[in-house]
Amino acid sequence: MNSAPIPTSAPVAPPAGPAPATGPVHTATLAIEGMSCASCANFVERALSRTPGVQSAQVNLATEKATVSFSPALTSRPQLKAAVEAAGYHVAEPAATSAAGHGAAATLATDEDELAARKARGYQQLRQRFWLTASLAAVIMALSMLMLWPAFRTRVPEALLNYVLLALTVPVLLVGGREFYVSAWNGLRHRTASMDTLIAVGTGAAFAFSLVATLGPGLLRQHGIAPVVYYDTTATIIALILLGKVLEARAKQQTSAALRALLGLQVKTARVVRPDGREQDVPVAELQVGDLVAVRPGEKVPTDGELLEGHSTLDESMLTGESLPVAKQPGDPVFGATLNKTGAFRFRVTQVGAGTVLAQIVQLVQDAQGSRAPIQRLADKISGVFVPVVILLAIATFVLWFDLAPAATRLPLALTGFVAVLIIACPCALGLATPTAIMVGTGKGAEHGILIRNAEALEKAYQVDTVVLDKTGTLTLGQFALTDLQPLPGYSEATVLPLLAALERHSEHPLAAAVVRYADGQPAPLPSLAATDFAAVEGLGARATVQGQAVLLGNERLLREAGIELPPAARQAAADLLAQAKTVLYAAVAGQPAAVLGLADELRPTSAQAVRELQALGLDVVMLTGDNPQTAAAVAQALGIKRFVAEVLPQDKATQVQQLQAQGRVVAMVGDGINDAPALALADVGLALGSGTDVAVAAAPITLLRADVRGVASALALSRQTMRTIRQNLFFAFVYNVVGIPVAAGLLYPFTGWQLSPMLAAGAMALSSVSVLTNSLRLRGFALKQ
Amino acid sequence: MDISQLLVTLGGLGLLAFVAWFFFWAPHRVGAATLTTDGVQQVDIQVKGGYSPDVIELRRGQPVQLRFHRAEDSSCSEELLIPDFQVRRTLPAYQTTTVELRPQHAGQFEFTCGMHMLRGSLLVK
Repeated sequence: MNSAPIPTSAPVAPPAGPAPATGPVHTATLAIEGMSCASCANFVERALSRTPGVQSAQVNLATEKATVSFSPALTSRPQLKAAVEAAGYHVAEPAATSAAGHGAAATLATDEDELAARKARGYQQLRQRFWLTASLAAVIMALSMLMLWPAFRTRVPEALLNYVLLALTVPVLLVGGREFYVSAWNGLRHRTASMDTLIAVGTGAAFAFSLVATLGPGLLRQHGIAPVVYYDTTATIIALILLGKVLEARAKQQTSAALRALLGLQVKTARVVRPDGREQDVPVAELQVGDLVAVRPGEKVPTDGELLEGHSTLDESMLTGESLPVAKQPGDPVFGATLNKTGAFRFRVTQVGAGTVLAQIVQLVQDAQGSRAPIQRLADKISGVFVPVVILLAIATFVLWFDLAPAATRLPLALTGFVAVLIIACPCALGLATPTAIMVGTGKGAEHGILIRNAEALEKAYQVDTVVLDKTGTLTLGQFALTDLQPLPGYSEATVLPLLAALERHSEHPLAAAVVRYADGQPAPLPSLAATDFAAVEGLGARATVQGQAVLLGNERLLREAGIELPPAARQAAADLLAQAKTVLYAAVAGQPAAVLGLADELRPTSAQAVRELQALGLDVVMLTGDNPQTAAAVAQALGIKRFVAEVLPQDKATQVQQLQAQGRVVAMVGDGINDAPALALADVGLALGSGTDVAVAAAPITLLRADVRGVASALALSRQTMRTIRQNLFFAFVYNVVGIPVAAGLLYPFTGWQLSPMLAAGAMALSSVSVLTNSLRLRGFALKQ
Repeated sequence: MDISQLLVTLGGLGLLAFVAWFFFWAPHRVGAATLTTDGVQQVDIQVKGGYSPDVIELRRGQPVQLRFHRAEDSSCSEELLIPDFQVRRTLPAYQTTTVELRPQHAGQFEFTCGMHMLRGSLLVK
């Protein structure tokens, strides 16, 4: 990456007005109508700048928008509008008023809607032109066929029929073919040539010859040339190319369907709770950070924020691909565009516009779709010279046929070869091969919470043979679980666990939570006991009275300070647990040691399956862990991992990746985006395991929004499938042209007497780019494991 | 070889030479950005069968506004790609679309239409 795009919301103009800056500054975007030149824009800009309270105003003539920073205490949007209208211009409503940097996503959606509407109109017109052209071509074709019928030929003079065909072909050229001729002419003025040039020259040559044969057949006969007309060829070529365009336009729409779906997730209005308790619907673009917003069951969350009151479960699948609803309580983050399922709640807005997770995902997908895959370079180089080279080949074809064929057939053969070469050549298939597959592939990923940063990441992921997984936080939940409860003589799990659960329910410590989860997870419900006199002893543990007995749970010092001596059995049990890198807690009841507890970071329930899926893809899985070798071996065995590296310090993860690369492996590193950043950056492909919130934080080439290692296999499988599609497309596009052009030039004629009709060439050409697009669209059906 | 064959051969060779020169060796139109008062490099580019100017000289480190005016509805030019800046933009017909970027490094960066037929380059110094 050579540079960074400027955020489109960045204020470009310096403060233009001398207005005092008191209080907050708001930025409004006004859509100005009626500006026709740069001086109009300057005039509007000056009018806005002079308005009291305006700090800066910038008018962009191209986008017809004014961006105004103003102090809401001194002026307001209606006053700004009035200033523009006083200057003789008009402000189109509605437009977004917002805090600085806000509204980008909303604007994006509006622009996208407008573009979609334009495209839809263009598509309709294209279809109409196709149907008109196709109907005329059908008539022309039928009349030309009749000429082959002797009974008809004797009754109707050929010259008359040629004039009729000419009259029918001219509208085809003017309506159906105009676009090609105009575009070819414009291109020639810039010394560039495109597919339109080929079609224009090809059909133009066929038509020009036919015109001469119609208007002055005698002239041709004088030179021993039969005055044959090619009106059917001309019309059919144009009809078929238009058919190709219609199909192509329809397929192209679908390649960006995923992005449109993401944009469509944006919510239009939010219910803001005013300080007096009144609820008011406002456009999302007008939301401010700090606003209190109410959400009812069944409604979408309008923007990102932090839940303040109430609780609910939210469907976040549209962002993360996680199909299970997520429980939310006060303090939890909520994200715009997610669906509130059960409860009503209120949340405080923390992000608006471009800062929201959805807007970041949209931006990321857009960036990825604009990136270029290294595999495309060759195709790009070829497309750059393709059309001129095809024109050269067509001229050479004409000359060779004219020189080598018998005098009677040389001109028809030369002309047919010339036109067929121009028409069959399809630079579009080459140009569409890579980008369409990338668009569909990255879009498909985004639908499943797999964000692919650029096409290069896709290509690298395709080559990966080794996947390095960090244990903590990746294979494990990064959350403690009670794994061992060893009652000491005189106690059993059944007697001691209810006591400990009663005590720990009062504690907020993560280890206490693990004990409570373990107790709650028992198959038979435990007796619910009440704890009194609870006290947390900082750094040591906690104590309380349960059923009249003093219960203690904490480290060795807690018991020692309470004057409780640990028996040898407890020391031995603790030593064993410590050897497994577990955290050890001791429990005492009524002054007697009662149990030894071992806690460990819990494996994700899906980790073992994820490892199997990766291995099924033929990938070598390596686990990195800070644990001692015995623990690491036990974990690796539980997960089915054959290779692991134990006692790895966090800072040494990157070195491990380098060592694997030195062995010639292409390494994918999976970790959390923040702690493992160096290793992620060094790996050939870094996959950051997120939790929906850290889209921007993780600068990894691939981000998995759902904290599930199975996504790694999905991401790698999707990358492989996308690259496979690109290769198929490129192969097809190359082979099509490499085989098609010589056949069109008449390579088979000396051996088989068969020459490709330009009409067949047009059919092949129309189908070639559609085939490439259809192949890319097949990616949409690629099944990603959930 | 009869006279018409000779004429076609000579004409064909001449045409081959002309086409090759016309597309590969003819000079490009170079345009430099105009600097606005607030330090933004602005360039107006007409999109009509190609880009004019098609070579654009820019200074690095300063924000750039490329204003593409698409003065045609031929579908060839409807998409604009500037891969080095990860830009893929649809250019609506008969409208101006502004692309903003900030080149940080010197070099030549290509921009093309969606199918790489029409091309131009940003020459960052």
